Amino acid sequence: MIIAIPVDENNEKTLTCISYGRAPYYLIFDTDSEKVEYVQNTAAESAGGAGIKAAQILVNNKVNILLTERCGQNAADVLIAGKIKIYKALHVQAMTNLKAFLKGELEELRDIHPGYHGHKD
Amino acid sequence: MIRLNIGQTIRKSMEKNIIAVLSGKGGTGKTMVSVNLACILPGAAYSDCDVEEPNGHLFFKPTQLSEKNVDILIPKIDREKCTGCTKCVDFCKFNALAYVGKVLVFEEICHYCGGCTIVCPEKAITETNYNIGKIVQGFFERTKVISGFLNVGAISGVPIIKEIHKQIKEERNTVIVDCPPGSSCAVMESIQASDYCILVSEPTIFGAHNLDMVYRLVKLLNKKCGVILNKCDGNYNPSEDYCLENDINIIARIPYDSELSDINGNGKIAVKESDLYRGVFQDIIKEIEKVLS
Repeated sequence: MIIAIPVDENNEKTLTCISYGRAPYYLIFDTDSEKVEYVQNTAAESAGGAGIKAAQILVNNKVNILLTERCGQNAADVLIAGKIKIYKALHVQAMTNLKAFLKGELEELRDIHPGYHGHKD
Repeated sequence: MIRLNIGQTIRKSMEKNIIAVLSGKGGTGKTMVSVNLACILPGAAYSDCDVEEPNGHLFFKPTQLSEKNVDILIPKIDREKCTGCTKCVDFCKFNALAYVGKVLVFEEICHYCGGCTIVCPEKAITETNYNIGKIVQGFFERTKVISGFLNVGAISGVPIIKEIHKQIKEERNTVIVDCPPGSSCAVMESIQASDYCILVSEPTIFGAHNLDMVYRLVKLLNKKCGVILNKCDGNYNPSEDYCLENDINIIARIPYDSELSDINGNGKIAVKESDLYRGVFQDIIKEIEKVLS
């Protein structure tokens, strides 16, 4: 399966990014090949609809699982339609979240927020 | 313009003008100024283009109301014809479309440009009506009151402002346009047709900063303008300094006055409650007439 995590930097020590839709990169981990790659999030600079475009990027990368601290409604609509399951990540290094998920320690994300619509929280 | 005696000259120059009232910063007094000007000018109409939060009607409490819905066109996908090429998704700069085995349309994000219907190679996208708000027209004594109301969650009030302006074009008398705050697309749409722009400012640094933004906007659109300095308390006034530095016509200085604030706070119209303010707004009209003649 393919797991995605929004991250601040494109290296292994990176923290998980608190924003899903406007994260600079997504860490993509393939459990079959055990390879890690980083995809630039071109949605980050959108004036609006960043969550939708970010979700489209994950759908296009055939992601199955998303680990994120939070997620807005519009993004969730696309992710759910694309059959991507969303789990709640903690504000720690991305690799820590990844290992926790693989051990079955993360819960599904239940609280989808209405969206920041381009504003900071 | 025909030069007759003074009285007739004034009437001719104020025959039909569109006067926009804007400010940049919210809360400086656009609605107070717009409502009072519309009230004092015989036969004038008031139009509220601050469609996200219209409030002029709270002062006028107009009667004989008639409503008109404003709909825009948003994309409708024919799933039979769609091949999943995603040209529409790639095209949409507002990210209102996504493809997950089928095209998803996010109506509240769509900016109704119609572009996706053009780029679809299979002609699978048509347009369907989507209501974004309404225009309500009524009367307060002899003043026509036109207010735009944008639905909560709708992305842009511009189509409503455009519809209001279609109505304004039909008016035979002067129309006062109460603009939204800021200097955004909605403000630009609100002042496009205006003959004169009144910029309302207050004596704060933030007020002066916003005055600069709207002044540059009206200059860009080549509009005649003048400034009303509101809430003047005789002290430091960075907005006044800005006007003096840039040689901008100051058409009035309204004091920071608890009597005016009470009248406004109670939803009343100053020119109807106070001879002093009746005089203030009559003077403002005269200043504008001088520029427009």
